[in-house]
This record gives sequence, structure tokens and C-alpha cells, in this order.
Amino acid sequence: MVGVVIVSHSWKIADGIKDLTDQVAAQVPNIIACGGMEDKEIGTDAIRIEEAIVKANQGDGVVVLADLGSGVMSAETAKDLLEDENIDIRIADAPLVEGAIAAAVAAACGLDIDKVQAAAEQARTVNKIN
Amino acid sequence: MSTRVYDCLKAIGEKIIENKDFLTELDREIGDADHGVNMARGFQSVIEKVSQDDPDIGAALKKTGMTLLSTVGGASGPLYGTAYMEAAKVFADKQTVTAEDFKAALEAAIAGIQKRGKAEKGEKTMLDSLLPALDAYSEKIAAGGSIVDGLDAACAAAREGIEFTKTIAATKGRASYLGDRSIGHQDPGATSATMTLEVIRDFLKG
Ligand SMILES: Nc1ncnc2c1ncn2[C@@H]1O[C@H](COP(=O)(O)OP(=O)(O)O)[C@@H](O)[C@H]1O
Ligand SMILES: [Mg+2]
Repeated sequence: MVGVVIVSHSWKIADGIKDLTDQVAAQVPNIIACGGMEDKEIGTDAIRIEEAIVKANQGDGVVVLADLGSGVMSAETAKDLLEDENIDIRIADAPLVEGAIAAAVAAACGLDIDKVQAAAEQARTVNKIN
Repeated sequence: MSTRVYDCLKAIGEKIIENKDFLTELDREIGDADHGVNMARGFQSVIEKVSQDDPDIGAALKKTGMTLLSTVGGASGPLYGTAYMEAAKVFADKQTVTAEDFKAALEAAIAGIQKRGKAEKGEKTMLDSLLPALDAYSEKIAAGGSIVDGLDAACAAAREGIEFTKTIAATKGRASYLGDRSIGHQDPGATSATMTLEVIRDFLKG
């Protein structure tokens, strides 16, 4: 099953999104919230993201979703740190909340990493108000 | 020499910590008022973790980079973290620094920052100090100057780079949300990058 890592500058945001993904994909163990710094301060920590990716990976790869600017930079740094580890890591270009839920559902359905990433990224174009 | 690199990193950290409030104030004008706090937290941790026992310059720089990645928190974490880790590769197994090594390390650090942040010159970032610093450094040593001569030129160019950041609008990082309202303010990252070069220069002057 594809893993999902939820990166935010805020511990609470990442945990809160994980609460939401639990509602739709409670059975999936490898959806991991990675918010804030180790001491719960605001920020992102590439080393913690690296560890979360390793934990989320069951061999089918990991889709990472990140919030504002430097969240993506830290996620990309984590990906580079894992260069030699043979883990398929995709950083989704997607809104964090909607993207994480779409990715969680797709992962829970057992879809492959291309489809999980696509599900997250399609969340970007979904109209909220018709 | 690993004692020397430890002392130099410590001196950089002390300078950043000393200027914590100043850097934070600069970031208050155009960002989110945390650059000094972020960098001071990072370097406090660097000072604690890097030790005299690190076997070579590369090892000390790598540890510095990894520490910054996990303690700074803001954009400057992955940016400076990557910069130090890329510079570390140039100094793998090395105990001394030549003028050419320093050039290669500065180039590698800048390439790392650009890989991470995808910014160019003129976007009101640390690169507006670092890119002219590299050019000035390279020109000086190509003309036969020493590492200190090169760094003197680099620091002057980096200071000019700070002045240049006052004249332009930010198009990268949080300051870009302000658009033209960022004009008139100097970039915090360009300031901390310039301080870093100045500490290294003063350190090598002895
Ligand atoms: N994409 C980028 N490339 C290079 N430097 C950048 C980039 N984005 C931001 N910076 C630098 O980082 C500094 C801000 O750092 P900091 O305040 O610690 O992070 P944040 O912007 O996440 O709060 C800016 O002043 C700028 O020099
Ligand atoms: Mg800031």
C-alpha cells in the first residue's frame, strides 16, 4: 500500500488533517502526520520528514503533501537525503487538506503510486462552488 | 584544523546569535519576523553538536548542515542546510582550506541554495549577496590573490548586494506576498549570508 506523509509548518494542522484522513481511511496504517518541529514549534524539519517517509513506506512508495513554500523545500530535502534508499517518493503539487484526503482514499483502495499522486493533484482542480 | 573549523563555525554561530534581534526585525518588515529566531536556534544547536573531534572539515560542515535542517524551521533551514552539506562534499577528508577549495565550496553552496529554492539573482534573497560575492572572490584569486584577499572582495560585494536588495521587490519566499511593498527594505537572508562571509574572513585573518 502506498504511504502518505502530511507535512505542515503546524503540528496541529498536520494532526488535524490526519484526523480527517482517518475518517476515510482508518484502516491505513501508513498515513503519517509530520507537522512542525520536534518541540512543536512552527516550522518544518527535513530530518523528521525523512523519518516519516521511511516509516510510511511499505515498498510501494510514498506520496508527500506539503503546505506553504518552505514545507515543499524541506520535503524535497528529505527526498534528496533518501536518494540512495530506493524508495519511490513523490511530492504532490496539491492543496494540503483536499489532496491528503484524496490520496488517503486512493491509497486505501490499493491504487498504485501514480494513481495516488494523480488523485492528490486532481484535488487542485475540483470546484468547491458550482 | 578540525579544531579550527570548529572555532570558525562557533564564531559564525555567535555572530548570528548576537544579531538575532536585528535579523528578526529585518524579517518583520518584509516577512514573518522569525529569521533571527530561526537562525539563532539553528546555530545554538550547531555550537552544541559540532565538536573538536569531528575528523575533518567535511564532517563538521555536514553535521552543521544536518543540524540546520532539523532546527531552523523556516525556509532558511533547508536553504542553509543544503548549502553547508554541499560545501561539505568539497572538504570531504580535508583538514586544510586552499583558495581554490573555498571557491569550489562557495560555488557548491550556492548551487545547493539554487537547487532548493529555485531563485536567481534579483529576487531579493540571500543569493543577491552570495552570487556577487562568488564573482568578486573568483576574480581576486584568479588574479593571484590569497584566500583573505578573495574574501575581502567577496564581503564588499556581499555588502553591496544587501544594498541592492533594498532597491528591488521580492519574488521568492514569504516577502514575495508583499510585492512592491517589499522595496526599501533589506533582505534578512542576504544580511545573514554576508555576516557569515565576514566572520569567515575575520577568522582567517586571525
Ligand atoms: N527561494 C529562495 N531562494 C533563496 N533564498 C530564499 C528563498 N526563499 C527565502 N529565501 C531567503 O530566506 C530568508 C527568510 O528566511 P526565514 O525568515 O528564516 O524563513 P521563512 O521565509 O520561511 O520565514 C529571506 O530573507 C531570503 O533571503
Ligand atoms: Mg521568516
